[in-house]
Amino acid sequence: MTATSARPSDTTPARDSATPATDRNTPDSGRTFDILCVVVLAVFVVLWVIPTLWAINASFKSNATAALGAGEILADTSWTLASYAQLLSAGNITTWLLSSAVISLTVVALTVLFASLAAYALSRLQFRYKNVVLGVILAGLMIPPQVLIVPWFQEFGALGLLNTYWAVILPAVPQVVAVFVFKQFFDGLPKEIEEAARIDGAGYWTIYRVLIMPLARPAVSAVAIFTLVVTWNDLLWPLVALTNPDIMTVPVGLATVGGTFQQRYADTMASALLGALPLLLLFLFFQRRIVEGIAGTGLKG
Amino acid sequence: MTTTTNVGTRPVPATTTTRTAPPLDSSGRAAWGFLAPFGLFYVLFILGPLAYQFVSSFFATSLVRPGIGPVLGLGNYVEVLTSSVFWISVRNTLVFTVLTAVPLVLLGLILAILVNRVSRAQWLFRLAFFAPYVLPSATMALIWYFLYSPELGLIDSLLSALGVGPAAVLGNPLTVLPAIALSTIWWTLGFNFVLYLAGLQEIPRDLYEAASLDGASTWEQIRYITVPLLARTTTLVLVLQIINSLKVFDQIFIMTGGAGGPDNASIPVLMYVYNTSFTDYRVGAASAASMVFFLLILGVSAVWLTLTRRNQGQVNR
Repeated sequence: MTATSARPSDTTPARDSATPATDRNTPDSGRTFDILCVVVLAVFVVLWVIPTLWAINASFKSNATAALGAGEILADTSWTLASYAQLLSAGNITTWLLSSAVISLTVVALTVLFASLAAYALSRLQFRYKNVVLGVILAGLMIPPQVLIVPWFQEFGALGLLNTYWAVILPAVPQVVAVFVFKQFFDGLPKEIEEAARIDGAGYWTIYRVLIMPLARPAVSAVAIFTLVVTWNDLLWPLVALTNPDIMTVPVGLATVGGTFQQRYADTMASALLGALPLLLLFLFFQRRIVEGIAGTGLKG
Repeated sequence: MTTTTNVGTRPVPATTTTRTAPPLDSSGRAAWGFLAPFGLFYVLFILGPLAYQFVSSFFATSLVRPGIGPVLGLGNYVEVLTSSVFWISVRNTLVFTVLTAVPLVLLGLILAILVNRVSRAQWLFRLAFFAPYVLPSATMALIWYFLYSPELGLIDSLLSALGVGPAAVLGNPLTVLPAIALSTIWWTLGFNFVLYLAGLQEIPRDLYEAASLDGASTWEQIRYITVPLLARTTTLVLVLQIINSLKVFDQIFIMTGGAGGPDNASIPVLMYVYNTSFTDYRVGAASAASMVFFLLILGVSAVWLTLTRRNQGQVNR
């Protein structure tokens, strides 16, 4: 994948050198346009990085400086880790990070497992009512989870699971998009590999486990990344389900307890950034794969 | 089926009679086993709750009283549809959707075309435009809350420098939605940008070469090749964007301190549902509002499905 996507940029110089010959009727329009492109893009890149950089910069100032104003923040060349030290010693943010990690990783594991199992049946096995099942699952693409918070609250209240990790984990597991990503991937795998195994007497579970899943790594990573980002960042349902500060996720903590920092902007920025840090680090290291995973999966949703 | 024919036609030694694949009905039983875990969760946490919500939207269910409560018939729907706050929330949501969807689609397209044209340092553009998308909505909302803070935020200071501040944009009913829309554009542009970039890289390069041999200018190439060939991506991006914008809640909840203010000027539909259910404890009415909202989203998806069907039909023809 890396190789094919890198190719267009490799071939560009060749195309550029061919342009003068073909663009003869408007000799300079191509070049002018290229320069314009670069200028416009540069402006947008600057605009797009300023908010994050501003937040990072403010998180390294004292609360007093951050509350003085934009000019004073820029003028202040000193920096301090006071906000981070204070947050880490207070411990709220570490609790939230832990909750988010436990919840997100469990959801990722269960989603990948359940969705790939279902997709294997839909892609490879013959059974009655297959089209009905496919239709019912497909219909789920049109049900936004946000419209289910009211019945979920009653359901998990009745089960006595509010304010537990399960309240957030369980409803996040049935991700219809994930089933379709896996199904599409399985549909593209040649049937011959399985037929040979079947003749050798392998059961479907063995085929799924030993043959199919090891081949499905790209689909697994796409689904895992997409699910991780969506679950980590989800606010509405966790806000309803988790009111105990000891098990709040990062977004819920930032939205409720974080709101009490109001006049302490350095602390607020530091906590907002710490809450995003795991995903940001992941993004910096696996940029291309994450972009492909989110865009590829989101496309099917 | 293919299994049996292959086995039958293949020249095989006599021993294979004992080694042929098991008959198809075993595949049927296995299939339900594979479907069971997902199916169970899907029924318990998606279909079941949706059905329950549909039913309870006709009852006077309350969170402070056990059980589903007395029958109300269409009472909840009448109440929701005659509530002025509900219609304010619908208007706010639609305004927010227009304010975000239009610039997000246009900017995503323009920036993708420019980046594809420059085609160097793509990692830099992806990093700059896509990194905000990875941030939790709460992080994004707190950063922009800070930028907009009267007297001390960066944006407010810039407005003051231009002579229109201190503006308290989040406290003004006229500017609160545009301000939150702007932060949302910053946050999610990367997603549309990446989809468009992928769409652009599928356009065959010889089309441009042929066009430029025929004397088409850069602008004409974009106008008559790039934009039409991206029509399918545009439909997709637009529908995903509309549905996402209609579901807005997080950033408004945080940046207005949970109030959707000032004076309901920014309350979205989902916050109306949230308040009705979890502040007023009136589940029946919240369920009805939720179902109305669901129908709205369903309508958008249905329009998209018919559009894509028709597009595909045209391609096949």
